[in-house]
Amino acid sequence: MRDSELLALIAILAPLSIASIGGAASVYAPLQHQTVDVQHWLTGQEFIDLFAIARVTPGPGTMLATLIGWKVAGLAGALVATAALFLPATVLCYAVARVWNRYRGKPWHAAFEQGLAPIGAGLLFAGVLAILRIGAGGPLSWLTAAGVAGLLVWWPKLHPFALLIGGAVVFVALQWVTG
Amino acid sequence: MTAPPPAAPVPAVPLFSLYRVFFVLGLLSFGGGVSAWMHREVVQVRGWMTDAEFISGFALAQILPGVNSANLAVYLGQHLRGPAGAAAALTGMLTGPFTVVILAAIAYHRLVGLPGFAAATAGVAAVAVGMLLRLGFTLAWRVPRRVAAYAAMLATFVAVGVLNWPLVPVVAAIAPLSIIAAWPRSPQGPTHA
Repeated sequence: MRDSELLALIAILAPLSIASIGGAASVYAPLQHQTVDVQHWLTGQEFIDLFAIARVTPGPGTMLATLIGWKVAGLAGALVATAALFLPATVLCYAVARVWNRYRGKPWHAAFEQGLAPIGAGLLFAGVLAILRIGAGGPLSWLTAAGVAGLLVWWPKLHPFALLIGGAVVFVALQWVTG
Repeated sequence: MTAPPPAAPVPAVPLFSLYRVFFVLGLLSFGGGVSAWMHREVVQVRGWMTDAEFISGFALAQILPGVNSANLAVYLGQHLRGPAGAAAALTGMLTGPFTVVILAAIAYHRLVGLPGFAAATAGVAAVAVGMLLRLGFTLAWRVPRRVAAYAAMLATFVAVGVLNWPLVPVVAAIAPLSIIAAWPRSPQGPTHA
């Protein structure tokens, strides 16, 4: 019974690993469908709760898969789910990174690098926009993000941890003031 | 072409240092800003690689399937210490979040009740986005100074970020054009910083 659940976790998560282009956002919908509608491992509300937990804890949003594994089959489930979601994509990335680094210096390598760099930058800005759109803080989040970016340009050595704590304090204080 | 800095083989980064740095990075990564933090630790603070090497991996990590930060960790680990380095960076990055997320699931119903919990997490996420934006400035500044490169950057941003088009076809369409535009041909002179 447990083994079959572990196998089912692998069967669901491993393909999502390879299909998840652009990170966590692309796996939420299929993950919800599989775990709630197809397997009935979770209710809809439980899925939302796990999603919220994954959002407010450190690490990628796909740690949601770890939680689903935990819920389904305890610690073994959590380990298997994490491996199933992370290993296929990172093994592929490892293979590509090896080839990539071996041919450093070739003219075609430079062309790839220069051709892909602006796409990487464009995707980063798209990611910033996506996170700000679903963020819970509204205009304050936009202002804070812009302020932090500006501050770091002006003062690059500023420690990120101080900023993160500062951000939490400011948001909590403002919530207190505005009720 | 800027000559890459002479490949003076820096003494190999110890695997445990690699694991430790990524362990801390994983634990402190909120709201998607961890790539920026990796840049800070690996390039700015420790000097384990150059800006150019990092940027090249960053683009790959974004385009390949999977979680961007995990891909980037694997790329950086591979670059620094081969297979063992990739494994050290990836497991380092996931150890903390794995533990915390399970503890949080156990304590969840108590946590949501805490006053200010939601506001604090929103604040942390907003700062993390700001860090990401700062990395974006660096990447945009390093983009080759050519019209085609800026067009590729803008088109990717608009298609994926503004129009919410799926990433795979967008990259499949833009990447070949962008690479062809960057293909070495007539001596147009050094066009990038």
